[in-house]
Amino acid sequence: MAQVAPTTSAEYSIEKGRSPLRVSLSNFLSHRPAVFGLFVLFILYVVALGADFIAPYHFDNEERSLQWSPPSNLHFSDENASGWRPFVYPIRSYIDDDFTIKTEPDKNVRLYFRFFITVPEYYFLGTVPLKTKLFGFDPAPAVVDGGEQYFSRYYMLGADMKGRCIFSRICYGSRVSMSIGILGAAIVFVIGMFVGGVSGYFGGAIDNVLQRLCELIMLLPGFYLLLMLRFLFPPDMSSVTVYFAVVLILALVGWAPLARVIRGMVLSIRSNDYIQSARAIGQTDLAIIVKHVLPNTLSYAIVAVTLAIPGYIIGESALSVLGLGIMEPIPSWGNMLQKATEINELQQHPWVLWPGFFIFVAIMAFNLVGDGLRDAFDPKLRKRD
Amino acid sequence: MYGAVLIFLSTILSFAILKASPGSSVAIDNPRLSREYIESQKRLYGLDQPVWRQYLDWLGVPRLFGVGITRQAKTPDGKTVSITDESPRGILQGSFGKSIKYQQDVSTVIKSRLTATLQLNLLTLFITWAVAIPLGIYAAVHYQKIGDRIVSLISFVGMSLPGFFLALLLLWIFALNLQWLPPGNLKSLDHDKLPFWGRMLDLAHHLILPVTVLTMMSLASLQRVCRGNMLEVLRQQYVTTARAKGLPENKVVYRHALRNAVNPLVTILGFEFAALFGGAALLENVINFPGMGQLLLESLRAKDQAVVMAVFLIGSVMLVLGNLLAELLLAWIDPRVTLD
Repeated sequence: MAQVAPTTSAEYSIEKGRSPLRVSLSNFLSHRPAVFGLFVLFILYVVALGADFIAPYHFDNEERSLQWSPPSNLHFSDENASGWRPFVYPIRSYIDDDFTIKTEPDKNVRLYFRFFITVPEYYFLGTVPLKTKLFGFDPAPAVVDGGEQYFSRYYMLGADMKGRCIFSRICYGSRVSMSIGILGAAIVFVIGMFVGGVSGYFGGAIDNVLQRLCELIMLLPGFYLLLMLRFLFPPDMSSVTVYFAVVLILALVGWAPLARVIRGMVLSIRSNDYIQSARAIGQTDLAIIVKHVLPNTLSYAIVAVTLAIPGYIIGESALSVLGLGIMEPIPSWGNMLQKATEINELQQHPWVLWPGFFIFVAIMAFNLVGDGLRDAFDPKLRKRD
Repeated sequence: MYGAVLIFLSTILSFAILKASPGSSVAIDNPRLSREYIESQKRLYGLDQPVWRQYLDWLGVPRLFGVGITRQAKTPDGKTVSITDESPRGILQGSFGKSIKYQQDVSTVIKSRLTATLQLNLLTLFITWAVAIPLGIYAAVHYQKIGDRIVSLISFVGMSLPGFFLALLLLWIFALNLQWLPPGNLKSLDHDKLPFWGRMLDLAHHLILPVTVLTMMSLASLQRVCRGNMLEVLRQQYVTTARAKGLPENKVVYRHALRNAVNPLVTILGFEFAALFGGAALLENVINFPGMGQLLLESLRAKDQAVVMAVFLIGSVMLVLGNLLAELLLAWIDPRVTLD
């Protein structure tokens, strides 16, 4: 082939074209809220994976004498000396004359904050033996002062009924919420794309039957269908089984809307010329669907699925708050909020509300990313290069 | 019609799921009850019949053919008599059946809950639409300016906040700390003794919290849709023409742009109508509100099949009606859409 000699740039310049994917990517990255959402999600997933390392205590680590302790106060200075290293006092819990639980610090001992503190050996992710945690306070021996025992525990967000650190449980709880979101989304993505693609491509009787099925599923109100399907399983299953049951139920309820929209898109894609030429070459229908039709629906499908993840997170939390989801002792942001639904408990120890705040943060992050993706893929909002 | 078939199928589906769940409304695993007692309880509620017969009984099909339920009973002097129960039974004869848990007609049980839920939903609907549409218009007109950004931020937060968390937060702030609002429920203990206006105020006082939570959640999405539609419409050519003609800005916005922007909103209205009788089970659970959602939850736990089926039936019917309403409204407002 003859080489074309490059002409001077005064006449024309050859620019490397940017693929639609690159365009969408740069659109997304220029969208500051979306990038912020992605950053928050990244942190949440790091916490979920590294909960063993990040959380000060194991989620099961009880200390019943310190139940319902309020969040520990961090001090920088007191009467003895001042400085810039933060510290806490060992605390003990007692019941005063009004029958309320109070904590009292022992001001003689200071436990300083440290990064990478040494702890008794534990297993990171159940496999790797580790001896350090991300941060912590000096472990002081429990001081016995006139028969009272002080504990060197620090509760960043307070303690729950069994004296477990709420912050640690939130870290472990993020595992459940974050993974259920992604897992449910993946299953719904696969089922929805496949059913929508088949339904739209083949048309006729298959399309009819599948669409009626979709409408039937969408007819029953979503949350109630979730509840009903949950009751299909016995109320007292192990947490692991409940987890997979919940994922399954969420996927069963969630694939129908996606399939419907994908089918609509496939119907219009189907009439394109390149589909006909693919058929003329002799490509099988399945290959056409997978290689030509569905990739064109990908941008919508990704956005739809990302924006549906908050629904799954809320669904799992709702089931857990009602006591039908993940059970004790495994923490889930939902089942930690169970205590908050009792007015008495809410009044005496309002720090039970913290898991709800994290649910909000996770949902907001997913919404930000989903919005950013939608704007990035939207051809009407494309920046002119 | 087509919708009727769907409703019929959905009742079969819900009945199947209900029957497939473990557990029973009669306490079969209580070791203190004798077997004869359990059997007689089952007979009393028709639970000893085969499953398909139970479903048909619920529908009321046997009654159409004049068939009643025949029971064997012993008279006081020891003779065995056949009793045939020919009372109206089944949906097709207009009866929802009896609730096992509450020991009343299902219609009685549903009625009070339905009014509560209806009050809540109607109020929410009204306030949401009254606030969201103007907000959406305002945001679209002031696109990318500070007003739009603030409104978008608020609605984004409202969309992302889980409803029950917001309810708990508001409860903590307003009911526990400030004591301005009651901690849940629909009526105070002395509600019935209050005069008429006192009762209205009491209801309103209790409804503030749930209505606020529900409004926050639906306001956000509605406002965003309205804003999106208005933005699209405002970019159209006829808007530029109207402006070039010299029309004052608010006439441009309200007379021309808004008319065309409301099309998708009308469909949404249809769906909101469909959801009127439904309840948000979790929200009601959290604030102890006696609505349809809690009813469904408790009935599911107790496997009270008549109540569950009735609630589902109502929900599906409303959804189909709402769909129909949405289509009718759309055809009425948009001259391009024709009914078939």
